[in-house]
Amino acid sequence: MIEVKGLVKTYGQKRAVDGVSFTVRRGDILGFLGPNGAGKSTTMKMLTGFLRPDAGRATVDGIDVTEDPVAVKSKLGYLPESAPAYPEMTVAEFLGFIAEIRGFRAKEAALAAVDRAIGLTHLTPVRSQSIETLSKGFKQRVGFAQALLHDPAALVLDEPTDGLDPNQKNEVRSLIKSMAAQKAVILSTHILEEVDAICNRVIIISQGRVVADETPDSLRARKPGARLDEIFRELTRGDI
Amino acid sequence: MRQIIPIFKREFLGYFRSPVAYVFLIAFLLISVSLAFSRYGGFFRAGVASMESYFTFFPWLFMFIVPAVGMRLWSEEKRSGTVELLFTLPVTTLEAVLGKFLAGWAFLAIAVLLSFPMAFTVGYLGAPDWGVILTTYLGAILMAGGYLGVCALASATTKNQVISFVISLGACAVLLFLGFSSFTETLEGVLPLALADALANFSFITHFDAFTKGIIDPKDVIFFLSLMGFTLFLNVVVLER
Repeated sequence: MIEVKGLVKTYGQKRAVDGVSFTVRRGDILGFLGPNGAGKSTTMKMLTGFLRPDAGRATVDGIDVTEDPVAVKSKLGYLPESAPAYPEMTVAEFLGFIAEIRGFRAKEAALAAVDRAIGLTHLTPVRSQSIETLSKGFKQRVGFAQALLHDPAALVLDEPTDGLDPNQKNEVRSLIKSMAAQKAVILSTHILEEVDAICNRVIIISQGRVVADETPDSLRARKPGARLDEIFRELTRGDI
Repeated sequence: MRQIIPIFKREFLGYFRSPVAYVFLIAFLLISVSLAFSRYGGFFRAGVASMESYFTFFPWLFMFIVPAVGMRLWSEEKRSGTVELLFTLPVTTLEAVLGKFLAGWAFLAIAVLLSFPMAFTVGYLGAPDWGVILTTYLGAILMAGGYLGVCALASATTKNQVISFVISLGACAVLLFLGFSSFTETLEGVLPLALADALANFSFITHFDAFTKGIIDPKDVIFFLSLMGFTLFLNVVVLER
């Protein structure tokens, strides 16, 4: 479904992403782990067509993102970090705009898609509230609703549970889990329990390189008896 | 190109979702009308049923007012991070640039057209040449588009709205002052004559003038349209960089 091969991105002197490769199949929930600044967000931005890679390629369903960005973007649902949205719009207006731009041109179809997304993410109580007045948890859910509004085959989520309280975190996790059977999901996080809770594969990235790509169980087996964060610290030592 | 429509709609309605639009429209109409009635405009003293004293300030007024509309076009998206959302939706850069520009232009056109009570007043007081009034409105809207193209481009270069406003204001001022002989003479002293002459052709006042006399010169229409085309092209280039 998603295939990333040798992606490279350099900012000035710093190589933010240095030859990252991985594949994600339908049904996978891939946890993308790494310290801040390791290159998680940059990789996601290249995969979703926001940044142009300096080298390497990313394909979704066999379509190269640099060759046909619009086709790739219409297949993906993307939640950027800190869930940006137009603050002056209400939740329903904002999701209506997303529906229209995602190709739901008929009023009823757009409304049905918006209702579905609002239902999935439990946004009904704030439906006609403007986004700038929402709490962080609700804002995050608006971003989430926006990403899955068109029921995409692949979801890319940059820190989907960031800023949520424990209950909301659980809710978002079970939502991701419930959708995962038919979708390819990539989510970045620096919460290690999250990987344990929902991911069936883990990639750890450090200084722009992939240092581990395996199941949570085999990650644990690297050092029997040790806690996940100890293994994590060992693998990402270069970033400290 | 179908994606222009949702972007246009969101941007255009966005002006009215905040108080910005109303503050802007009221300020624009108050200032423009008071200038016409002021001693510099001399609307009554002229004793002529025309809107000349109203429109004569437009190139000056636009120098401040269009940057105020244009500064947020891209700077705000960059600042709030929504630019990442917008460009990971299935739209091309050109569609986004056109949708946003047309929305800003439509908003400015509404501001200009809301001066219609002035036209009715003139019609009530005397027998104006309606043809001239129509061509002047057309010219004013085209000129607004030209200014807005420059401002949209400036806005795409920075995520800071203040910087965007100042760059826009500076660029618009140059385009305006090119119409004054004292400014172009200074240029001729610094630049080669041919270049200074070529630059003088970019004056907004000269191109707007013919419209206020009831003349639609294709040369002027093409000037404003090609300026918009060129700045929008650069806008796409800057954003894709």
